[in-house]
Parts: sequence; structure tokens; C-alpha cells
Amino acid sequence: MSDTHAESVAYVRETFVGEQPPPAQETGALIWLRKNLFSNWFYSILTLLALYVIYVLLSGFLPWLLGGVWDASSIRECREIAGEGAAGGCFAVLSERWNQLLFGFSYPSEAYWRPTLALVLLAVAAAPVLFPKVPRALLIVTLIYPFAAYYLIWGGTILISVMALLGVIVGYIVYSRLVDRGFALGFFAGVAAAIIVWQIGGFIAAAAPNVLALTEIPSRDMGGFMLNLILGVVCVSLSLPIGIVLALGRQSSLPIIKWICVVFIEFIRGVPLITLLFVANVVLAYFLPPGTNFDLILRVIIMITMFASAYIAEVIRGGLAALPRGQYEGAESLGLDYAQSMRLIILPQALKISIPGIVNVAVGLFKDTTLVSIISMFDLVGMIRGPILASQDWNGVYWELYGFAAFLFFIVCYGISQYSQWLERQLATDHR
Amino acid sequence: MKKTVFLGALAATGLMAGAAAAQTLEDVQSRGTLNCGVTTGLVGFAAPNANGEWEGFDVALCRAVAAAVLGDPTAVEFVPTTGKTRFTALASGEIDMLARNTTWTFSRDNDLKFEFTGINYYDGQGFMVPKGLGVTSAKDLDGATVCVQTGTTTELNLADFFRKNNISYEPVPIETNAEAQQQYLAGACDAYTTDASGLAATRATFEAPADHVILPEIISKEPLGPLVRHGDNEWGDIVRWTLNALIAAEELGVSSANVSDMASAAGDSPEINRLLGTEGNLGEMIGLESDWAVQAISAGGNYGELFEKNIGENTPIGLARGLNAQWTEGGLLYSPPFR
Repeated sequence: MSDTHAESVAYVRETFVGEQPPPAQETGALIWLRKNLFSNWFYSILTLLALYVIYVLLSGFLPWLLGGVWDASSIRECREIAGEGAAGGCFAVLSERWNQLLFGFSYPSEAYWRPTLALVLLAVAAAPVLFPKVPRALLIVTLIYPFAAYYLIWGGTILISVMALLGVIVGYIVYSRLVDRGFALGFFAGVAAAIIVWQIGGFIAAAAPNVLALTEIPSRDMGGFMLNLILGVVCVSLSLPIGIVLALGRQSSLPIIKWICVVFIEFIRGVPLITLLFVANVVLAYFLPPGTNFDLILRVIIMITMFASAYIAEVIRGGLAALPRGQYEGAESLGLDYAQSMRLIILPQALKISIPGIVNVAVGLFKDTTLVSIISMFDLVGMIRGPILASQDWNGVYWELYGFAAFLFFIVCYGISQYSQWLERQLATDHR
Repeated sequence: MKKTVFLGALAATGLMAGAAAAQTLEDVQSRGTLNCGVTTGLVGFAAPNANGEWEGFDVALCRAVAAAVLGDPTAVEFVPTTGKTRFTALASGEIDMLARNTTWTFSRDNDLKFEFTGINYYDGQGFMVPKGLGVTSAKDLDGATVCVQTGTTTELNLADFFRKNNISYEPVPIETNAEAQQQYLAGACDAYTTDASGLAATRATFEAPADHVILPEIISKEPLGPLVRHGDNEWGDIVRWTLNALIAAEELGVSSANVSDMASAAGDSPEINRLLGTEGNLGEMIGLESDWAVQAISAGGNYGELFEKNIGENTPIGLARGLNAQWTEGGLLYSPPFR
């Protein structure tokens, strides 16, 4: 401002006034309450109503939770301890049967450390895949993990796992040597090499069954929440790559591949999961010769994986369809071949779009694993419905047991959903 | 065309299963364990305890058969089955016998091609009412509301009973036994009807079981028994006569406490001697060791002992013997003679 106008204005402020705190009447908890909860008569009524509902729920729930009986040997003893008309729950069933709820009733108790260790290792193995900031060197743990987990949970000689891993490594080496001469040649030669190693490894493992052997535990002894976790983790991690392949196959221009994928996806999506589980449990038993016992968990894993991969394929196809045509053309104009353009341009974008859908399928799938209780496997819900509620001691304890099951499932599912939201924020490179 | 091939394969597998089934005894002996189908859990009849060992009335029968065949009551692989998987498990050869409170009916015996080898529990549909209602007979239930599971024979039996007696009722449909417990206790219905053993098990979970009575009328026949596949009569005989041995043992006064004494030397009673193998060659006739019945009885006791231990009046379930008493005491248990 020039001096010429200095006399035409009475006062010119030359610095900003610092931010002032709001006036005393406009701050504090009371104002917050008035603004948010009691701004008019209708909201006031709603607030009071909500408070009353919360009070009613808590006044029932808290005495039940806090006044519960944790040390008793049967529901009758629980009631005796709690006394006449007491509101406390009978949590003694959890303290007596926690191991059955977590591991099933026939998993040997001296081996509980094995699945526990496998779960801890799972966190280590999953970290480099889930979080980009974790050192890449940990990926070697991820590679070894499936074989280590099998060894820990099922037991037997360590040679089985070592040979299986060796087969994968040999197969990969053969593949990478030959892939220059064509993908199909490399792929099939790699698979053949792996199968040869597995055959030889099978003989070696059978010949030396005691090398670093853990007690062998058959599949039918698996149960409890451990079984839900095994099924959930294995099936989700298998169905993701299979789903990607199916989604790409469905968009393929080769009619055979396209139609195989379409028929597979549509057939699986047209059949309820429980039907597939019955097929796994019941129908296959008719076709296998008597005496052969094709592992039940394996059968169930195959069925659930097929089911989940069909759904994931459709989710990813949605992501692929959402990409503008220009992305595909741009990739081609750069001279990238099919594999490169998919790996570098298309899939990173399509998968990012698909994250919410994939997580949705994963959460649903994890909860669907409780369906195996219907084909007489003792997962968490199967343990509750069958053995525990059928024991003379605990028949009649419903809320405590199902509440515990809901609590365990909530922890896992909420964790998955929080992770996916975090991942979406990490990958948010567009302007939304 | 495809269908024919499929059916042919199915038939061929069935034949193979049938051929294999004709030698169940050898299979069990060479395997060293008996594969016995049980429920995934039913109070008093089959459930694993806190240590993971199976216990119950049906389980005890599996153990008795294993003891008779293999001499070891623990040589049993229990295969839990649900109501939907039990028959396929048996038909496919996954299990050697099914002891899973299964009602013996014409169609199961003939259409499904199974052989029931006896009855180990005579069940039937009954009613439970609160004592405060002052009802002593089901015929007093005129105008009552009755909780009943939908889609079961229970529902049909209930309608038949009330029509026959020319009295009225109002059904309260429920889905599961757990729901029934809640509804009944909440007073949504005056009476709850299901199998009498189920009523007793349900009553045992109440806070005040003594406030509820199970009415004397039993309105349907539910004979529960073990079953095996058609086509292997030798194996069926073994299961049948193991059950009979347990029943006869109670009638003859042979129990787990005195069976080893009685089996050490021939006694005065020829039938006991034949049963315990100190006289005659019954074991040889059935293809087992001569002490097969001794093993079966010492596995868990005679029929009466098993009943008392698992579902009898001193257990929380507290079932009276009723129809399941020996014929000499007014019940229906009647083992053919051992000779």
C-alpha cells in the first residue's frame, strides 16, 4: 500500500492476528454434547433412547461376563457355585475344554506346541507378502513355510517335507533353464522334473521313516479352531493364484481355454458349497476302492479351493473389465508380450481394484469353513455342537460356547478387513 | 450313453464293495481295529470326554464287539457320522458297523440294504410338562400348546395321537432341540415332545429338573439298534450275538465283577458255561475265540451295567429301565438262548 493513501484510511493492520481459542461458552464437553447429541428435541429423544438401550444391554451382559464361574466340572456344579438366580455365565466349560475347542478332541496334548508354532511361523511367513516394508530376505521363509507347516502339524519324518521342497526347487530350475526355448516346454519339463524328484523322494522317505520324525498325527485327529485356520489359510492362498489364472483364461482369445474356464466357473458358482462338501465326503467314498482312504482334509481343501477360486476369478474379472481399453493397447504399443503386459501393466491395476472383493470372498470363505461340521468333521462349531454339548457335563451351555466361537472368528475376520483397508490406502495412487 | 457308463461304474463299485463286505471279520482282524460309526455327539449315547475318549451307551456296544473280535475293547476307531452321512459311511465300507441310535424301520432294512442286528434301546416319543401344570397323563393335554420339531416323524406321530384321542392341541413349531429348550423354559408351550431319551437328556440340563415330569404315555415305537451291511451274515451274527451276550449276561447274573471268576471254571449253570466258553464250542461256531463273550462282558459290563453307567437313574439323564428291562422284569429285552 502506497503512502499516498496513508491519510485516507484510519488504520491499517500490518500483521495477522494469531488464532484465538473459541469463547468459553462455545467449548468443552457440554457444548459438544449439545451440538452432537441434543441439538433439537428429536435428537435428544433418540440420544436418551440409545443410552437406555446401551444400559439394558450392558446391565445384562456385564454381570453375565464378570460374574461368570470359571472353575467347575459340570453345568450343575456351575449353578451350585453361582447360587440361586445368579446371572453369571458358566465359563468353566471354556477352562475345561479350551484345548478341545482350539485343537479338537483327539489331537495329542503333548503336541499342542506344534500347531501353535506353525501359527507363529505363519505370521513371519506372511509378513513379507502382506507388508512391503518387511525385508525381502524373509521371502525365503515364505517359500519354506508350507513344507515346514505340514511337517509340524502332521508330523512324520522331515524327509517328506524336504523332498517335496526339493521337487519344487528342481522343477523351478529346470523351468528357468528351458523357458527361453518356449514357455510350454519349460513348464512341462519343470513339472516332469518335479514329479520325478517327488517319486524318488517318496521312496527315500518311506525307507527312512525315522529321520527327525515327529509323532505322526492323522488328519481325522485335526479339529477345533485349528482346523478352521488350516482350511481358511490353505484355501485362500491357493484360490488366489488359481482365481487369477481362471479370470485371465476367461478373457483368453483361445476358445478351448476360454470355454474350460467359463464352464468351470459357472458350474462351481451354480452349486452350493455344502453340496461340494457332501461330494467330497460321501460320493467319493463310493468311487474309491474299499480300503483306500484318500485324506478327508485334502478332499475338503480341494473342494473349498475350487469354490473360492471360482468366486475370486469373477471378482478379478470385474477388475480387469474396469480397466480402460487404452491400458491394454498402451501395453501392446510398448511391444510387451502377453505375459509382460499382464504382469507389468494390467494385473497390478486390476488387482488393486479387486482388493475389496477379494477380501470379501476371503472373509466369507473363512466363515464357510464351519460348514465342514455338517460332514462330521470337528471344527470349532462341530466341537461345540457335537462332543461338548453332548457330554452329560456341559449339555445346556449355549451362550458361553457360541460366544467364544464368535469372538475367535471376529478377531480373525476383523483383522483381515482392517488389513485390506490399510492396503487400499497404501495403494491409493489415483485422485479420489 | 454317458449316464449308462456312470451307472455301470456305480454298480461295479457297489459289487466290489459287496464282495469285500463278505469278509468283514477277516478285514477287522487283519486291520487290528474295528471301525465303528457313532454320532457326532448325543448325550449319554456317544460323546468324547474331556480327555478325548469316547463314552456312552452306543460306544459301549462298539467296545464290546471289538473285545469279542479282537480281545481289546480299546481297539476301536470311532468314525463320527451325522444323520446325513451315516448310511453312506456304512454302505461304502468306511465303517464295519453303525451304532448310532438308528431306528429300525422297514425301508432302512430293505430299501437301503442294511441288516439290523438287534435292538439295544427301545425308545419312543413322549411328552414333558412342568410339574406345576398338574398333568399326569398325556390324555389330559386337551387344548395344550405343544413344542414339536418340524419336518420329523415326531410331528406326524403327535397329530395322530391327538386325533385318535379326540382332543385338540396347538403345535409350536421349532427347529432344533436347543431352540426347544429355550422355548419350553420360556413358557412358549405347555408341553415338549420328542423321543423319551431326548426328553430325559434335555430335562437333565434344566436348572431345576425336578420341576418337570415326563408323562408315562409313549406314542410311537423307536427301536434303536446297531446295523451292518447286507451280504455278510457271519459278521452280522457276530454283532447280533455280542449284543445278545450282554443281554443274556444280565439275565443270568454275569457281570463285569464276577465274569472272570465264573469263566475260570465250569459252574453249575450249563447256559452260563456255554456262554462263557467253559462248556461247548459256541465260540468256534461263530468264528471267534471261546472266550469271546467273556471279553465282551468284561469290556464294560453286561447290558444292565452299561445302562446304569451311561443313561441310568444315577446319571444326570436318569432314564428308568422301562421297556428296556429284562423280560423277566416286565421289559422287552429277551435274548435267544445260548445253546
